[in-house]
Amino acid sequence: MIDVPKFKPKTVYVTYIAATPEKVWQALTDPAFSRQYFFGFAIDVERKTGGGFFLRYPDGRVHVRGEVLDWSPPRRFACTWRVEGMEAFDELPECIVTYEIEQAGEAVRLTMTESHSWDVPDAILAGGRSGWPVILSSLKSVLETGKPLSVKMGPPPEMMEAVSRAVVEKPWLK
Amino acid sequence: MSKPRFVYVTYIRSTPETVWAALTDPDTIRKFWFGMTAESDFKQGKPWRLKFEDGRTADIGEIVEAEPAKRLVIRWRNEFRPELKAEGWSRCMMEIEMADYYPNFGGKAVKLTITHELEGEGTKFIEAVSGGWPKVISNLKSLLETGDVAFQK
Repeated sequence: MIDVPKFKPKTVYVTYIAATPEKVWQALTDPAFSRQYFFGFAIDVERKTGGGFFLRYPDGRVHVRGEVLDWSPPRRFACTWRVEGMEAFDELPECIVTYEIEQAGEAVRLTMTESHSWDVPDAILAGGRSGWPVILSSLKSVLETGKPLSVKMGPPPEMMEAVSRAVVEKPWLK
Repeated sequence: MSKPRFVYVTYIRSTPETVWAALTDPDTIRKFWFGMTAESDFKQGKPWRLKFEDGRTADIGEIVEAEPAKRLVIRWRNEFRPELKAEGWSRCMMEIEMADYYPNFGGKAVKLTITHELEGEGTKFIEAVSGGWPKVISNLKSLLETGDVAFQK
């Protein structure tokens, strides 16, 4: 079991969506739904605390692997998160991604928090900081209009370099 | 040490011109900013004022840069909450650009980046705008994509 209190929030993204908490929950946990807004990845989650969590490429290969830490529909979903589908990324310590869903007037407030157990360099955090706004903006568009956004984006170049350096130096062991 | 700042990025199915128009038109601002609106002619060096529905002043400032459909920079200070006013001037930068896109998938999107930075030291002002911007910009996105806002406070 991982030591959850060791993980500190490093990136937080909040968006307000004209939808019900149940609809937002479905968008966050349903494979067909997530394919529309999550860079084509299908979310594949075992629907219980302690269950497996995967983000899969269209051909079924695993991009992200994790474990469900909290499955509390339709309010809170937390899981560990390790990128397996990219070289060197699988040697980084896992992080925790938490979604919180709250009613805010007629809308729903969705908060995504990415937490880490070590002093992650900004260059590595840049990946999530550039990706989450795309993913969650598109999720909001799908829920409100039925149509996703098209945003083409790869990992920031400085991120790749920082990951290569981190897996050699392993600062989380210090 | 970097300055206290808040950054918020959103992607909106729209055009840079439409996003610019929404950010600078008092009647449109009122719709997505919960009844508040900005008063300015949005030209470099001109005053800017954010006011409540009843006309009271919320924030004051000056347009530092205005490049239509691209970039708006406002020097900005809170006026109605003494603890925020005490932290002094801030700088709010709104940047608009077309995002790179996949030709055969989804709708083209505008990337809107809000960077709000305090000139001096302090935590309360940035805390306040960190709560406010996601609400305002979520509403702007809904308004431009659906014709209606996500919520009315």
